[in-house]
Amino acid sequence: MGSLLENVFCKVGGKKPSKRTTGKLHNEFQPVRQSKIFFYKSILWMNQGLERHMSQIRNFSIIAHIDHGKSTLADRFIQYAGLVNERQFRDQILDSMDLERERGITIKSHTITLPYTDEAGESYALNLIDTPGHVDFSYEVSRALASCEGVLLLVDASQGVQAQTLSNLFMAMEHDLNIIPVINKIDLPSADVQMVKDQLDSELGLDPDTAILCSAKEGTGIVEILQAIVKQIPGPAENAESPLKALIFDARYDPFRGVIVSCRLFDGRVKPGDVIRFMSHGRTYRVEEVGLFRLTREPAKNLSAGEVGYIIAGVKTVSDTRIGDTITLDSNPAFEALPGFKEVRPVVFSSLYPISSEDYESLVVALEKYKLNDAALVYQKDSSAALGQGFRCGFLGLLHLEIVQERLEREYDQSFIMTVPSVQYQFTLSGDRVLTVDNPQYYPDPTTIVTSAEPFIRATIFTPERHLGAVMKLCMERRGVNARFNSPAPGRLEVIYDMPLAEVIVDFHDKLKSITQGYGSFDYELAGYREGNLVKLDFLVNGEKVDALSLIVHADRARQWAVQVCDRLKEEIPRHQFKIAIQGAIGGKIIARSTLSSFRKDVTAKCYGGDITRKRKLLEKQKKGKKRMKMVGSVQIPQGAFVAVLKADYE
Amino acid sequence: MNNSGLYVHIPFCRSRCTYCDFYSQTDLSLAPEWLAAMKVEASLYKDRFAPFDSLYLGGGTPTALTKCRLKKLVHTLYREFCFKEDLEFTVEANPDDLSQDYVALLKDLGVNRVSVGVQSLDDNELSFIRRRHNASQAEKAFERLRKTGFQTLSVDLIYALPGQTLNTWLKTLHRAVRLHPEHLSCYQLTLEKHSPLGIMATRGKIKKAGIEEERRFFLATSSFLEEEGYLHYEVSNFALHGQLCRHNLKYWEGSPYLGLGPAAHSFDGTARWWNTRSIKRYLRRLSEGGSPRAGKETLSPEARYMEHLLLGFRTRLGVEIDRIKHAPELEAILERLQKSGLAIIRKGRVIPTTEGFLHADGLPLLFL
Ligand SMILES: Nc1nc2c(ncn2[C@@H]2O[C@H](COP(=O)(O)OP(=O)(O)OP(=O)(O)O)[C@@H](O)[C@H]2O)c(=O)[nH]1
Ligand code: SF4
Ligand SMILES: [Mg+2]
Repeated sequence: MGSLLENVFCKVGGKKPSKRTTGKLHNEFQPVRQSKIFFYKSILWMNQGLERHMSQIRNFSIIAHIDHGKSTLADRFIQYAGLVNERQFRDQILDSMDLERERGITIKSHTITLPYTDEAGESYALNLIDTPGHVDFSYEVSRALASCEGVLLLVDASQGVQAQTLSNLFMAMEHDLNIIPVINKIDLPSADVQMVKDQLDSELGLDPDTAILCSAKEGTGIVEILQAIVKQIPGPAENAESPLKALIFDARYDPFRGVIVSCRLFDGRVKPGDVIRFMSHGRTYRVEEVGLFRLTREPAKNLSAGEVGYIIAGVKTVSDTRIGDTITLDSNPAFEALPGFKEVRPVVFSSLYPISSEDYESLVVALEKYKLNDAALVYQKDSSAALGQGFRCGFLGLLHLEIVQERLEREYDQSFIMTVPSVQYQFTLSGDRVLTVDNPQYYPDPTTIVTSAEPFIRATIFTPERHLGAVMKLCMERRGVNARFNSPAPGRLEVIYDMPLAEVIVDFHDKLKSITQGYGSFDYELAGYREGNLVKLDFLVNGEKVDALSLIVHADRARQWAVQVCDRLKEEIPRHQFKIAIQGAIGGKIIARSTLSSFRKDVTAKCYGGDITRKRKLLEKQKKGKKRMKMVGSVQIPQGAFVAVLKADYE
Repeated sequence: MNNSGLYVHIPFCRSRCTYCDFYSQTDLSLAPEWLAAMKVEASLYKDRFAPFDSLYLGGGTPTALTKCRLKKLVHTLYREFCFKEDLEFTVEANPDDLSQDYVALLKDLGVNRVSVGVQSLDDNELSFIRRRHNASQAEKAFERLRKTGFQTLSVDLIYALPGQTLNTWLKTLHRAVRLHPEHLSCYQLTLEKHSPLGIMATRGKIKKAGIEEERRFFLATSSFLEEEGYLHYEVSNFALHGQLCRHNLKYWEGSPYLGLGPAAHSFDGTARWWNTRSIKRYLRRLSEGGSPRAGKETLSPEARYMEHLLLGFRTRLGVEIDRIKHAPELEAILERLQKSGLAIIRKGRVIPTTEGFLHADGLPLLFL
């Protein structure tokens, strides 16, 4: 046990884990959490006999670095299981959210139950959870893993082991899961299976001989993977006769049915008509429907221990449902709740204000409902002189922020302004007062500041050796210091830098990808605060300060940021009927400026009879567009501009 | 001001000009039926709008009708509706139709304003846009009207044609002014998608004038005509003192008007409706005892406000500050508009300048 923990901590210390094989991994260590439960259960089993179906369930996640093909592999399983016909099928079918399809990435974990019959004729229910690969959504992965006994760890045969391959693997190890390595995309001309096998061995400490070769695209290796799942991943060890314990790992609000809870049953059974109790607050509800996830929800007679499914119990009060809570039966409650999930630690902060103050209430409700489906969002009330009542929100990264923004707009029909993202700064003021500020609005009076400090991270970057120069240049531009190098495999480098968090939250990842031609990846952990001269940068639009645009930045980078934001604003703000001056300033001193020229002509020659209606319709449409803008003095600033200004390159 | 206007759409032309997407057709054989149908349509509205103090025959080409039919048309209107004593009676005319007889007939029928579709006084341009007349024909027709005693004449011109230079345009303008029209409508070419020129433009056969060029044309036109004593009273319209087109002002001031004929639009002060564009359908509906209306909408206060803005900023009348006092950031916007020379404030109104006219479509949004 000790050595496993050591392994997990090794990663934090930047060291490599020692070599071990997958089989050993599972057999050697019993999970702490489960072994306690185990004790009670074994007594019950003696009395009641083993649950009949338990051996036929397999709960597993697919985990990998972004784009290594998780959702595509899930497609193949779904087709193999015959859950869709050709007409209904589309690529990455589990990525059902519009945003996922548009961006081609998985944002939320998706659960689906696949029927499977092995060569011996034994039939199984395989509960698959497809997880996102992007670092901002690693919380999704960690919750998925809490419902599983095993994982498929996918590695792209041409890209090899990447930053999230490693961090997701560690997460699986922390949960003591059985790990099946799968090398995907072997159909690619650039595939290098031997290289990946070497990396599995040297970088991950997995037995390369157990890796299954596969092309999710062409469907090769699918049967082998399914066989490995049923053979290597143990069935859930829970007991259906114990009091109900169901872990809520996700939820969704449905206007007709109320809250739909996704859960993993560890113990007991639940069926329609049962009265369930949420263990965190004790409120009870009568179950209306339970069921399994197929491509759509599929009602079932009951759910029992080991299964993953949903419960609908007419829960209309959204705040009653908390991700990580345990559901039990009111008539026969469990003794203690399941451990739940780790607290999320937001790193990026931004405020959210309704464009029109009348929409505040609807924003409150939308946020509550949204939070059900995205537990990683944290928020609290906030207010601004210029923008009124709103919320300060914490996000796991900038992509997370963007996704929250878009989903609130699309799924909840909200229109709001989001202020420029910030990290959390610390100021020591005269009189030894320490002030934590994640909102530039609260930047203290500069004359009272004794020292200021910003959060640093330890960034671990994987890159092919040939891109080292470009990677180092990027890190240095972003104020990276204290470079260290490891070479886990020939031709590959692990570069470690200490860097200010503020410098990576915005577009560091995209930049890294582009300078390494897609082969670079990065992961980070927080590494405490470091002193630095932090100043507040304000922006003025036609002479008027826009507080929602203010930034706290390091003095050395202030000018660069000021110029960049002025230029970006010029791109983001639509042309007006008049010229617009955009200025960046520190404490009233202008340090950068740009000018947006006016429209030159905006009039049509004729306006008689029918033209009037046509013009009015157009105006109505423009007015709707204007609703998505914030008026600052006489200037309309589009809602998205506040976040967009930080991105360096205008695509 | 609250008197109504009557508009009759004559859906026929002798041939199609290349810039035009108005609804009209070149087959004149439907004219008798159309006349009969129009009479039926007129009877549907008998007393709803009258009395009218403006009558406007437009199209299409009203003068494409034979004298006999035109006479019949006007007599029908006189019989069906009640008109005010000082009626402004405008007819749109193409120069090639204005024979001495035709001009005399117009005079006899009580027409007191003729808007002549001159379009250009450059023969190359005229043939490029497929007009049926040349420059000197147009000038002669104009003289004929004058001699017959018409005291209010308007010239219709079009500019920023592909290939046209500011120089050739100002020459046309100069020649037009020498005719001493009381009124000029100068329309910057809009490449209508479905017009032959529009189609040529999408296929890349002709090049649209650039924005800076369009601005130059517009500003030059305005200052040229103002120098000649014309008031630039609407984006595309100029008039000598007291010669503003009463009928067209109704569109911009939100006064009621009734439109008859295919594709005609009407407004009764609260609702707008419009007729089917197809002449065939127009005839069929009326012959079946139905209405030729294709659509109708009653304006919400919000819609009326929008229209007030979008029409107001197109004329020198501008918009009353009282009407816009609830607009967000009003102070800042008004200050900005004045500073940038887009509008002036006079007698409690926001009045667009010539530069402001160039932004007439964008100004309303500032007050929403
Ligand atoms: N050539 C080839 N391409 C593949 C294979 N598997 C997946 N891809 C492609 O890789 C890209 C990413 O695939 P996804 O399945 O969306 O990857 P993912 O791991 O689910 O990505 P995230 O959910 O965003 O982390 C897509 O363009 C797939 O078509 C494969 O076996 N061979
Ligand atoms: S411009 Fe006048 S004459 Fe020419 S096609 Fe159009 S309506 Fe007919
Ligand atoms: Mg995916």
